[in-house]
Amino acid sequence: MFNISTQALFSQLLVGLINGSFYALLSLGLAVIFGMLNIINFAHGALYMMGAFCAYFLLSIAGLGYWWALVLSPLIMGAFGMFLERTMLHRLAGLDHLYGLLLTFGLALIFQGLFQNYFGSSGLPYAIPQELTGAQNLGFMFLPNYRAWVVVFSLAVCLATWFAIEKTKLGAYLRAATENPSLVRAFGVNVPRMITLTYGFGVGLAALAGVLAAPINQVRPLMGGDLIIVVFAVVVIGGMGSIMGSIVTGFALGLVEGLTKVFYPEASNTVVFVIMALVLLVKPAGLFGRTA
Amino acid sequence: MKLMVSALALTAALVSGAPALAQDKIVKLGILDDMSGLYADVGGAGSVIAAQMAIEDSGLVAKGWKIDIVSADHQNKPDVGVNVARQWIDQEKVDGLFGVLSSGVALAVTGVAKEKNVVYMNSGAAASDLTGSACTPNIVHWTYDTYLLANGTGKAVVKSGGDSWYFLTADYAFGQALERDTSAVVTANGGKVIGAVRHPLNSSDFSSFLLQAQASKAKIIGLANAGGDTTNAIKQANEFGITAGGQKLAALLLFLTDVHSLGLKMTAGLQFTETFYWDMNEGTRAFSAKFSERMRNKQKPTMVQAGVYASVNHYLKALDAMGGNVHDGVKIVDKMKAMPTEDALFGKGTIRADGRKIHPGYLFEVKKPEESKYPWDYYKLIATIPAEEAFTPIEKSACPLLKK
Repeated sequence: MFNISTQALFSQLLVGLINGSFYALLSLGLAVIFGMLNIINFAHGALYMMGAFCAYFLLSIAGLGYWWALVLSPLIMGAFGMFLERTMLHRLAGLDHLYGLLLTFGLALIFQGLFQNYFGSSGLPYAIPQELTGAQNLGFMFLPNYRAWVVVFSLAVCLATWFAIEKTKLGAYLRAATENPSLVRAFGVNVPRMITLTYGFGVGLAALAGVLAAPINQVRPLMGGDLIIVVFAVVVIGGMGSIMGSIVTGFALGLVEGLTKVFYPEASNTVVFVIMALVLLVKPAGLFGRTA
Repeated sequence: MKLMVSALALTAALVSGAPALAQDKIVKLGILDDMSGLYADVGGAGSVIAAQMAIEDSGLVAKGWKIDIVSADHQNKPDVGVNVARQWIDQEKVDGLFGVLSSGVALAVTGVAKEKNVVYMNSGAAASDLTGSACTPNIVHWTYDTYLLANGTGKAVVKSGGDSWYFLTADYAFGQALERDTSAVVTANGGKVIGAVRHPLNSSDFSSFLLQAQASKAKIIGLANAGGDTTNAIKQANEFGITAGGQKLAALLLFLTDVHSLGLKMTAGLQFTETFYWDMNEGTRAFSAKFSERMRNKQKPTMVQAGVYASVNHYLKALDAMGGNVHDGVKIVDKMKAMPTEDALFGKGTIRADGRKIHPGYLFEVKKPEESKYPWDYYKLIATIPAEEAFTPIEKSACPLLKK
């Protein structure tokens, strides 16, 4: 079982890191939305999927390639997210978490069902952009350029988000608004608008992950549904609402999953949940969570 | 004593007369399939449409028959499939189960079909065990099975020089059966199997498994999986330069919708085995044109959907020949086995005593993008596997029904 070469181990760790960057990016969006809005956004996976479809449509209808999609798809989906927040989620403010969860879960099922009805379950092809095709021979493995780009880019986005929320004045307003909205309002800050923008931003992050995933996976209606449960486990392990927690846990779980795929591949879809159960037993607030 | 004897005789007469009394012209078909998951394009809603077309084409409704369809999503979960089947038969009086993609569910449902004595015509599941060790008098396994896939693709690949194999196997009944059957063919033809990695059903990232396959240095990476798993594995093998590095992929089970979804650029040159292709002849083209018109995404039929059409077609022919529905699974299946089959999609064929439907298999190759002249023009025929060689020889069948 342990007779694996260090070469193979390195390559598996690197592959794990790549998957981890998707977990990190998605769980970050969830953490931002939960931390700031107290909404458990079950539609996150569906919105990630729609981000990928958005990239596909931009290419097939408007002829706009990957780089445009990387900018436009998060903006379009972010606007769509704000629309959802204004028209629906907004009405649930102050109610039990369960209502938000049910609403977003229902929305996710509707979106997924609609896309599946019109595009089938096998998905649509989306090619890797010309500039990022090819691969580097690292000696111990063959690293596709595109995967390297995904790791670097998502790490940058994650850190920028963390910085904006934890270290800037805008982030301070945001955090204050979560703690005590009426007091922040008294200072003349438009809290409802801030919440709408935050939700839009979280959705934009999901769409961004969708665009990044489009060339790796097929653009499939179920791509988000398959992933979202794992991402929720990541958020729970990291601690609900903790920004840094979700980033670190995302990458770490990617690594753990990568190692499982070498030593006991049959369990690779389950290992994340085993860890989740263990963490909840030992530290119910999650690894980085603050106990309420 | 005399009274007792006559009472017994009377009961016996009543019992033996009962089935004849129950004969009517009411039929209810249940299509149990993956309606929403990774195999939904292969069967799913398309299988329901195919069954409807078979009913319409049978002309029985005009002759006063009442034929209904119910359908449900088994979500690729054996427990869900068994529960739905049980409920259908007990409460909705379903006479036959059709479709039933995904071998895990397909094998689980065999027990229910036998216990409740309904007809069970499978089109979609691959495990050859359905007419092997798990066979029952209620099963007809229509479209293809792992023996055919192994024998068609496996043999062709070994013969063209691919003599060392590493498997990427979906970790459930189907993948394991396919790996087992293909390994047997590879070794029988002088090749060797270096190893295998089992991945969970419905994995989205294959890079780790592919790297293990790459490290094995096997000439051929055999994909013993299907649907979304196969498409993702092919796409990512391309990305990781596996094919460029000299190793070749053998997609042991590839469907038309997989090729459509990946595009010809990614799949050109792949060889695989199927028993139906929409563009084979006038008959298949006519059916496929009507079929895709009724599909929301306008797809052409896969062999699984074609198999549902053909199996419903043969089932209704048998009922018609019997003059009505006797609601007795074994009797109807026996009748179907006694009648030769004929339809526009699979041609002429038979159903063997173990329930295996016999027809030719075809080794196809995916066309290069420049060879494709019109939409869905994807395959070229490489070789035909004659009907008598396509499936497990009857003398090697493990089916307990044959040992009398």
